[in-house]
Amino acid sequence: MSAQTRTQSGMQAPSAPRLNDGMLLIAAMLVLWQLASWGFGAAVLPGPVRTFQQLWTQVSDPEFGAHLAETGKAFLSALAISLIGGAIMGVLLGARRLAGDVFEPLLIALYSIPKIALYPIVLLLFGLGVSAKIAFGAMHGIIPMTIFTMTAVRNIRPVYMRSIRTHRLTAWQGAMHVLIPAAMPEVVAGLRIGFSLTLLGTLLGEMFASQRGIGHLLMRAIDRNDAPTIMALAVMLFLFATIVSLGLLQWDRRLRRGA
Amino acid sequence: MIPFPTARTAAGAGPVSSAPAAAKAHVAIREATRSYVARDTGRPFHALGPVSFDLREGEFFSVVGPSGCGKSTLLDLIAGLCAPSSGSVHFEGRQIAGEVPDGVAVVFQEDASFPWLTVYDNAAFGVRRNGLPEKEIRERVDHALSFMGLAGFANAYPSQLSGGMRQRVCIARAMVLRPRLMLLDEPFGALDQQTRLLMGEEMLKLWRDTGSTVMLITHSIDEAVLLSDRIGVMSSRPGTFIDIVETGWSRERDCKTALDPRYGALQAQIWGMLREESIKAMGVKP
Amino acid sequence: MIAAALPHEAVGQADLKHAWLRHRVAVLRAAVVALAVLLLEAATRLGWIDQVSFIPPSRMAASAWHILWSGTYKADILLTLYAAGLAVILAVTFGFLFGVLLFKLPRLRRVLDPLLLSYYAVPIFVLYPMLIVLFGLNRWPLVALGFLFAVVAMAVNTLNGLERVPAVLLRTARMLRLGRAQEVRLITLPASLPFVFTGIKLAIVYSFIAVIGGEFVLSGAGFGYQIAYAYNNFDNPTMYGLMLLLLVFVGALNLLLHAMEQRLYQRRVLKELT
Repeated sequence: MSAQTRTQSGMQAPSAPRLNDGMLLIAAMLVLWQLASWGFGAAVLPGPVRTFQQLWTQVSDPEFGAHLAETGKAFLSALAISLIGGAIMGVLLGARRLAGDVFEPLLIALYSIPKIALYPIVLLLFGLGVSAKIAFGAMHGIIPMTIFTMTAVRNIRPVYMRSIRTHRLTAWQGAMHVLIPAAMPEVVAGLRIGFSLTLLGTLLGEMFASQRGIGHLLMRAIDRNDAPTIMALAVMLFLFATIVSLGLLQWDRRLRRGA
Repeated sequence: MIPFPTARTAAGAGPVSSAPAAAKAHVAIREATRSYVARDTGRPFHALGPVSFDLREGEFFSVVGPSGCGKSTLLDLIAGLCAPSSGSVHFEGRQIAGEVPDGVAVVFQEDASFPWLTVYDNAAFGVRRNGLPEKEIRERVDHALSFMGLAGFANAYPSQLSGGMRQRVCIARAMVLRPRLMLLDEPFGALDQQTRLLMGEEMLKLWRDTGSTVMLITHSIDEAVLLSDRIGVMSSRPGTFIDIVETGWSRERDCKTALDPRYGALQAQIWGMLREESIKAMGVKP
Repeated sequence: MIAAALPHEAVGQADLKHAWLRHRVAVLRAAVVALAVLLLEAATRLGWIDQVSFIPPSRMAASAWHILWSGTYKADILLTLYAAGLAVILAVTFGFLFGVLLFKLPRLRRVLDPLLLSYYAVPIFVLYPMLIVLFGLNRWPLVALGFLFAVVAMAVNTLNGLERVPAVLLRTARMLRLGRAQEVRLITLPASLPFVFTGIKLAIVYSFIAVIGGEFVLSGAGFGYQIAYAYNNFDNPTMYGLMLLLLVFVGALNLLLHAMEQRLYQRRVLKELT
């Protein structure tokens, strides 16, 4: 019999109050935003109304689609590299304990460097253009993905391995039906962070090395001190990142319910 | 039996009271119940009661019952960790309701040792703030640690000890308090059977050595029968006492008591009462 | 682990094996780093990597050494350290208070939960230009940026630590009749310390990332600015020298914080009993 260490975290709030909380949060944020705008002056910090107006103008601009596509392509490529590369490295490092122990602090150290300060290396090696963007984006996302996958693989309980053998499953069946479901929650957590960071990296890359894309639009707005556009793009990115993040979080929660 | 000075206040030494008064109620519970509103369903949850019984001073009393019957809630009521929804709980003649009175110590089911303190400091924790002179503290802690077999581990940290040893640290901490009433909530639950038997013998020694009243919550019938003067048999939730069984063992009991023919009979008697209750607690219709 | 010495093995051999097993992780790690550096060195000198873009690690090291000793960048380094340090102090203080607040007010915590979880998904530094307009062209926007980056990590970890105090310890506090202040001082704080320290560690790391990143993007002084300046002036040796210094500094800082963190967790957080 196991003695469980109970903590005082409350139980999950049921769905209806959770929706109200969300509404409350959004309302509160809008109000605070408007207040801040009045406080600092609309020239410095445009309010919600002005921002959404500007956003609408931006989106309606025929060229916007091209910019979005540019960013989208770079982002998805970088994401693919981060996630797949990270997963593979994570599995390798997780499966061999010694390798994992050796590399983990190195990875964490790399993770803590202000990668933006290493940006010139990327530019010098890849030149100005799409590959630099993709490289920068992948650089941001691959390390957390590796670390999380590695942890997930290491934390697979040995009893699962023994169960696979006593049920006489093949390696493929064992992986599909036991190992992957067991590791999924941690891997999805890594996915969430990898996603956000890759987006960040791609945008940063676009800001400095590109003539097209959302990052470039952002940089242009910064140069021109065009506050409404900066806010509009920032809000758009914010909404995108938050929605995907929350979506992945829901997936994460659903996976963990069984844990 | 060595007279055990019972201090009425922690600071000064009170009157030395050695002979346990015959049938004097140390704890008196009258029609106590405990209900509360469950967080997830929002409906009232009737956890315990009504329960009425007396805990006699100096006795070793066990409570057995099926899972979820409210044994731990009963312990909380007596310890003052929660207040009864109705009825009353009196300790040494004074009513307690949600306040832990002086002279009570609890050993919980989970490991409550503080990982950041050494074994010695863990044991001394309870009396450190009471103004006791350091010399007295040292005496008590050394005695408690050697009694619990932890003398060599005074400077170790809980993270270096096994689960059984950590639980012994918690018992030592309770011992140092010199409580008049000691409450134990399935303290040996996480231990293996052999360690449990040894710990049971330790508990008897402790009880004899200190002269406190001991109430033990356990799901193990043989443990209850072996160790106790009386056993309260609890029904399934909401728990009430089906019966209180007297064992009649002498104070000097030990593991050889298991050879007494009445040992088996008592176990059978109690299981006879509990079997149906346990089935009910499992959710299956008897 | 005691390596059993066979009768005919010399005692020295058993000792060596024992030492290897104990330290092999650190040794291998050093070997990996050394190998990587050597590879880079060879690759650049042999021309596999274009010498215009990349310089050999040995030259990077020489440049870094020179930078340290000449003291030309001392002012910038200090500026960066001050800004990051200030951001850390502010983030740790307010982050801790915020974490405590969230712990005390579960409703607030529930409402803010999605925001807290997605906070780091959003490119915060996008607000940097606005901060400049707000605070002016000085060091304050950088401090603000560092603060914004670090404060949530501190708050979330403080909250986590407070929540992870095992309920049984608090019941023990009640059983021992501790007063509220005593309970907080003697039980809650020691029990949550490891997690709070994780928050502090993250606050330090994130502050540096934000301040140096901000300096790189838009600033007139500071370590990050000097890297950008060297890049823009095609001064590769200086640029790489500075980057190497950054790498070494961040690596050392991380190592130190990680070691302190490990010690705290080892001693103070018990694994689940099974």
